[in-house]
Formats: sequence, structure tokens, C-alpha cells
Amino acid sequence: MSVNVENLSVAYRSRRGDVTAVDNVSFALADGEIMGLAGESGSGKSTLGNALVYLDPRMKAAGGTVTVDGKNLPISDNNAMRHRRMTEVSLVPQYAMSALTPTRKIGKMIDDLLKSHRVKDRAEVITELKRRLALIGLKEDVLSKYSFELSGGMRQRVTIIMSTLLNPSLLVADEVTSALDVSSQRAVGEMLTEFRDRGYIKSAITITHDLSILAQIADSIAIMYAGRLAERAPTSVLVDSPLHPYTQALLASLPEVGVRHDQVTLTGIPGRPPSLVNPPSGCRFRERCPFAFAKCAETPPFEEIKPGHLVACWKVSQENADTAGAGQGLPVREKV
Amino acid sequence: MSESLSEAPAAAVAATGLPGGPGAASAPPRRNDFLHYGLRNRKLLFGLGLELILVLVAIIGPYLAKNPPMYITPYPLQKPGGQYWLGTDLTGYDLYSQLTSGLRESYLVGALGAGCAALIGMALGFVAGWRGGWLDELVQMITNIIVMIPSLVLLVVIGSYLSSRSVLFEGVFIGLTTWPWVARAVRAQTFSLRSREYVDLARLSGKRPLSIILREIAPNMASYLFLVVILLFGSSMLLAASYDFLGVGPNNVASLGWTMNQANANAALNYHLWWWFIPPGAVLALMVFALLIANVGLDEVFNPKLRES
Amino acid sequence: MTTLKFDQVSKLFRSTARGGGLTPALRKVSFEMQPGEVISLIGESGSGKTTIGRVLLRLAKPTSGTVTFDGKDIASYSGRGLKDYYRHVQGVFQDPFSSYNPIYRADRVYDLVRSSYFPEVGDKEWSDKVEAALDAVALNPGDVLGKYPHQLSGGQQQRLLIARALLLDVKVLVADEIISMLDASTRVDVLNLLVKLKRQGLAILFITHDLSLGNYVSDRTIILRHGAIVEMGATGKIFGNPQHDYTKMLLTAVPELHKKWQHAPLEPVAVSANGAGGGLDAATAEILTSDAPASALAQASILAELTHAEQVVKRDLRAVFGGGRAVASGKSQVAVALEPPALHEFEPDHLVAEPE
Repeated sequence: MSVNVENLSVAYRSRRGDVTAVDNVSFALADGEIMGLAGESGSGKSTLGNALVYLDPRMKAAGGTVTVDGKNLPISDNNAMRHRRMTEVSLVPQYAMSALTPTRKIGKMIDDLLKSHRVKDRAEVITELKRRLALIGLKEDVLSKYSFELSGGMRQRVTIIMSTLLNPSLLVADEVTSALDVSSQRAVGEMLTEFRDRGYIKSAITITHDLSILAQIADSIAIMYAGRLAERAPTSVLVDSPLHPYTQALLASLPEVGVRHDQVTLTGIPGRPPSLVNPPSGCRFRERCPFAFAKCAETPPFEEIKPGHLVACWKVSQENADTAGAGQGLPVREKV
Repeated sequence: MSESLSEAPAAAVAATGLPGGPGAASAPPRRNDFLHYGLRNRKLLFGLGLELILVLVAIIGPYLAKNPPMYITPYPLQKPGGQYWLGTDLTGYDLYSQLTSGLRESYLVGALGAGCAALIGMALGFVAGWRGGWLDELVQMITNIIVMIPSLVLLVVIGSYLSSRSVLFEGVFIGLTTWPWVARAVRAQTFSLRSREYVDLARLSGKRPLSIILREIAPNMASYLFLVVILLFGSSMLLAASYDFLGVGPNNVASLGWTMNQANANAALNYHLWWWFIPPGAVLALMVFALLIANVGLDEVFNPKLRES
Repeated sequence: MTTLKFDQVSKLFRSTARGGGLTPALRKVSFEMQPGEVISLIGESGSGKTTIGRVLLRLAKPTSGTVTFDGKDIASYSGRGLKDYYRHVQGVFQDPFSSYNPIYRADRVYDLVRSSYFPEVGDKEWSDKVEAALDAVALNPGDVLGKYPHQLSGGQQQRLLIARALLLDVKVLVADEIISMLDASTRVDVLNLLVKLKRQGLAILFITHDLSLGNYVSDRTIILRHGAIVEMGATGKIFGNPQHDYTKMLLTAVPELHKKWQHAPLEPVAVSANGAGGGLDAATAEILTSDAPASALAQASILAELTHAEQVVKRDLRAVFGGGRAVASGKSQVAVALEPPALHEFEPDHLVAEPE
């Protein structure tokens, strides 16, 4: 397994006490796998992804282990992590494209990056850089431009190139397609898969709230809700036959091109995610779940219902134990 | 379908209150947040405390003086102690009396100068920042002109035409010559704030520009404006003391700068008459120092990123 | 009876890129809107869609052309007239949180409306009115009144703002990307709310970059590109039978849950000044090279506002927000002329522009 996360918890300090943003999360990534980490705001997906590479000083890892390529990743130790960033694990943070220094040219920034990582064969790396730029359709002269001279899509692709220049094993991309136009989204999405295909990165975690992008580029999808994993499955399985009620409701609320309001009325999910300052006991989706019953007051285990398909839901576990079939949930919206 | 808040506590921490980028809906600072941090900030407390002590001295001190400041006592060049707490100078002025009344004058001038500068600077800054365009150009032109005029020379020229110079005149003059940086700072902030969407919404609610500036924009700059006023206060006092020291200040009152002027003119340093010039200088330095320390502390209170803990 | 009419509206910004020059954010845009009609204005960043919304809301002035509301030119309003105009035309913006002044409570936005438009209304009558408006947007008054903005969710904030518009006698609502910052589960609720309001007679200008949303909710669609209309007509016809290359490109690039992108291999493409690719099909080349101008352009309020086209040429007004907001790589500036491509009728209620 390329990446193995076991029982990871991440909390941050606030004036009202410790808030556990990521609660006991476990998953594994195979070599070459792109996993989509999806969820709504407050689900903890950003915290989880970022913690694997850069643990913000306000946060602390409250338990669990992370292993990359068989070696332990000391996410709490900033000094140890510094050597591993960019080379073993790398991050494209949210809003990265807005955070490029406006006073340095792109080429100079990359040069600084290589110097700070004490890369020896800079010339060779630069050659590789130019090849990759051409691969994704950017001209070499991008290196002599300032960040504000580039469009959003170009900036985003430049940040991804910078993050992957030293061929990390794991790339965490946080909302890299969110602020982009549709055409740039596609370009960036295809860039991620292309880089994985060519071995520039081994595996990747794409954090987003946009399931349709994940349907295009991710091999598997993990859904987070209120700090915990709700469901994880290969993409086609999750999109076509989701088991967790939250996933089902989420998919039922997505409008697709071709669907009009007079043909199908989409429905949202009533209520709001629980506050993580004082989270409710048991299943956190309980309050908004149309199938909640008594057992949901206990925390459901995140267990494998079918090979590769893990769900944290008592209803699904019970049905799986009782019958051998898939759970019945809200009818998955027929494709129009 | 009604969206009901299930059990979220009223002031729930936004679950994402994490490193968020532009637009992250984390709780904005509340007034009791400021109070909470303000009461714990050592710099602020120290600065304010010191300033308060000095203000008290300015208020109460003169009442404890035995003689009016410009009264010539029959005992010149007395060392401090005994009858004259801070001694007397060459002419025979009671230096304690001069010091305490000087404190008063300094505060007066400081308040006047700061008040004038703040009013003018903010008014021009708001107008230029809100309207932009040619009005902004005009205000910037005026600002640049005022900045370029050497105030000391101007003061000397004007002062020579006046029969007498008063504290009021000095305060207003300082106000009229130190507002440019306020105007620039306020203009910059106003520019940035006026493109906020809540300002657009106020426009869409039929509000007039003046109402928008006063109710939407200025309150969001409140902490900044506060700091501006404090800095103005300190610099006005210092400037007034400098003018007095150079002899172009009011000529009918004893102020800190005036005392130091006298000391300098009479070679007090050479004659080792330390009690003449050290107290006013020290007190002046303390006044301004306390304000600046308080300012730094206040900056930390308002700006969470500067807090140590 | 036409509620709203845009007639050859253009807006030029002074570009802050090296070399200066004028950038057209809108190029002779013309369209009409009927009462109770939802028009979705679809475009990417830099297309000018936000500018249209701002021009309609009188937050920006067009360089040329007229906007007519109920027969009257909206540029003629000022002071009291403008205030009356806002009784009928309101807007809701993209970032719900920014629409609230963070130091006041959220429902202060209602007090602003009250003090401007209903000064003599009594407290009881006013609170009844507010409750009715909140009810229309499916909000529980107890949940949202008296709270600060950060205590409300994005969906609640947006609905509160829609309810604000309902307090007035609004006929046209400009919805500028109002759900793009909301969570998926709440988006649909706000969308359905718009549908409900439309059925009650409200005309909505639904500005978005998301084609699936536009398709779900609108009667007619306008596709914008670089400030000009490239395709316009009944939503069903546009999405069912797109004619313009740009529309087709958008539709192929949209990610869908159950359909994968058509893959073309990513080969190094010689990107020339006008964006033509070498050897690949037009759609892929477009995808690889259509780096739309920086979103700085789309945020129309940033750059200089100009009064007349002549003064634009003669006077050198400094950009209000100068420095650092230069327009992107020059491609769109070079390619775009003030005169937009002409529209011809492909079929009834389906207009397509000539290729540029």
C-alpha cells in the first residue's frame, strides 16, 4: 500500500475547547490511485488532507499513524516533515493560486524552491520542468512572467507543477478546481491524471466538494461527514450505487446538464451538520437521516460491506448481515 | 421545508474556523473579545496606566503648586527640595509649577492638534476614497502640497505677523499641518472597504453616500481610526514641545518646551542646573512613550495575528 | 410587455496591463426580459456576466448603450428616482457572508430597507411583513432573527437576502452566482426557491458559470464570451442543440456524474496568439488554450469607471484600483474588437453568433 492512514485524529484549539476536526479516520491508497475526498464545509476533509503534509501550528495530531511507502510519516514533527515535503508528500493548498508571490517571477520562485530543498542537479530539474510545462500546454515563457499576468487556470497548473517537480509519492490537492472556469477545470483535472499516468506522482488525494469532477478523475471516492468517514468506494460504485444515506441524499441533490426543474425536482438535505465543539454521540448524521433508528445512538463502525466498499452506517451493516443484497435507500435518481 | 437549527449552540464556532482563505465565514471579533484581550495586554495596560498617572498630575498638580507658573519668586536657582519641590530657575520661576502647568498645556495642545488633524484628515480621506475620480485627484494634490510645505518655516512666518501666539493657535496650526498622513491612510482603507458587498447592498437599499460612509465603512475601520487618533495625540504634543523649544510657540504660558527653551537659552547645561531641563524633558518623553506603548499594545489587541499566545 | 431591455450596452475598462489600452468588458450586448422569466446568463470569468448584473443594478455605468426598465432609461434615475428603481430591481451576490456588515446583526439588512422605504410603518406591521417574507423563503424567524452573520449558515444567509428583496415590490432579481459558495445539500433548496418565486411572477437574471444549474432553473439562456453574446434562446434549444463552437466546448468540458469526458491526448500544443492549436480538433485546442482573462476583469468594480467613450480615449484616468491587477496574457485583449460578431437566427428563439 502506498499510503496508509490509521485512526488519524486531528484537533485544533479554540477558546471554547478542543475541536476534533478529524475523528478516527482510516483509509489506504494503493500505488497509482487517485482518491477523491469529498464532503461539505465543516466535514474535515481539508483538515485531513492538509494534516498529511503540513499540520498548521494551531492544530495537533491527536492520535493515529500515517505511513507512506512503508515508512512512518511524522506529521506532528515539523522539522522532520520539512525534509519530506515536496519529495515524499506534497500539497497544493486551497487558494494556492491566489497566494503566489506577486513580486517574483515564476521561474525565480521555482529556483528558490529548488535551492531551499538543496536540489543538486538544478539544471536537470529545470529541463524536466520545461518538458512538463510543454506537456500541459504552457509555453516556456511562463517562467519569466509574474503570477498576475497569468489566468486562473494557468496559475493553478503552475502551482501543481511546482508541487510535483520533485516527484512526491503523495500529492494532496485541496480544491484545485473550485475557482476555475469549466475549461480550466478540465485541463487541471486531466493534468492530475496525466501526471499520475506518467509516474510524476504515485498517488493523489483530491479534496473537493464537487462530486462530478471526482467522477471524472478519481479512482475511488471517500465521503466525509462531520469529521468522520461515511463511505468509501471505487468511483463507479459510489456514483451508481451509494449505500450511505448521506451519500445518497448528496447525489440526489446534484443537478445535471439536461435536467430541468419541470422534469425532476431535486431535493436538498434539511438541517445542518452538527457543531464539532460538542459533537453528538453516535452517528453524526443521525439528526438528518431519514432512516435513523435506535441503534444509531452508537457510533457505527467504518466497515467493509463489499470488497473495496466501506460504509459507516448501522442500517447498511444490518442489511448486509441480514441479506446479501445492497441496502435500499432513496431511489438513485434515474439518469435522464 | 424549514431549515431548523437542530442543536447548534447560539454562538457556535464555525466548524471550519480553520485556516480559511478569502471568504471563510469565521467569527469576526466581538467587542468583548477586544475587552478580554485588552485587559490582558501588558503593553496596553502599562501605557494607559502611565498616561493616566500623568493626566492626573496634569489635573491635580497645579492645585498643589504654591505659586503660579509665571510668578517670579524671590529665590532663584534653588535646588529641588525644601520649599520648592523642583527648585527654581535663573529668573526665579517655580519649576514645579511650570512643570505641572506645562503638562496641562501639552495635553491641551495635543488634544487640539489631534482633534483638528483627525477631523480634516478623515473628512478628506473618506470623501476621496468614496468618490475616486477627479475629487480624489484633487484631494491628493492638496495633500501633497501640504506635505511639502515646511511647517516650521510657515509657523515662523505666520507667527511673526501675529501680535501674540496662543495655545489655541498652536493647536490649530498643528492640526492644519499634520492631517495629510491621516487622509492618505483613511483614503486607502476607504477604497478597500467601499467595494465590499455590504456596501453595495446599502446602495441597493437606497442609502446615501454619507450614511454609507458613517454607518458601514467607518465602523469597520474603527480600530484603525482609534490608533490614528492616539498617534496623532502623541505627535502633536511632541511637535508642540519642539515649536516651544525653538521659541515659536505661545509666548504667554509656561509649557514644557518653553521651560526647556529657557534652560537652553541660559546655558543651564553648562552650569549644571539639571533640575531645570531634565524634569520637563523626562516628563515629555514619558508622555509620548506611554502613548506609543499603549498603541503597540492596542495593535496587538485588534490584530489577532500579532498576539503572542 | 417587456420588463427589461438591454440595448447595445457596452462597457469599457481602462486596462492596467503594460501598454494600457481599453478592454471591453461588454460589447454591444442586447437582450430582453419578460415578467416572470428566468434568464440564465452563462459565461466564464471575464465574459462580462457580472458586469451585466452590476449595470442592471446601477452599480456600474455603461460606456454606451441603454438599459430600459418598464420603458424608462435607468441612467436617468438619481436620488429619489434611483431609490424607487430599487424597489423593483434588487440583487443577491455570490458571497453571502460578505453581503453582511460583520459588525452588525444579520437582520440589520432589513432595518436598512425599513428606514429607506417604510419609515412610517409600525413595529407590529413591520414584523408581520418580515415574517411573511421569511416564510416565503422557508426560514424560521426564530432561527435567523437577532443573530450575527457568522452564526448563520451560507444557505440561511442567502435566503435572508432573498427575503430582503421580497420585502420590496421587486420585479427583477439579479442573482449573481448566488449558490456557488453554498454546500451541495443547500444549493438545491435555494434553487427551488427561485423556481417558486418565478412561478409567482418574479423575473430573475440568473448569473452563473455552471451550465447544469442554468439548465435546471431557466427559461431562456444567454451564453456570453469575452463580453459578447455567442448564443441566445430558449434553454431547451440551446442545451439540446448547441450551434456555436464555444457552447459546444462548454458542454463537453462540464464534468458529469455519469459520463466521462471525451478524452483527447494531451500533446504539447503550439499556442499562437489567437489560440489556434496545431493538429488537434478545435474543441480540444480550445480547451488547452482558452485561458480566459484573469478573473480580475470579471470583478467589474475594481477597474476605472469611465463616463463617455470619447473621454475614454482622451483622458488618462488612473485606475481606481491600480497596480497588480493587470489583465492576463494578452490573448483576449489582442483578439477582441469592440464590434461583436453578428447574431443570426438559427431557429425561432435560438440566435447564434458568427465565429469571431
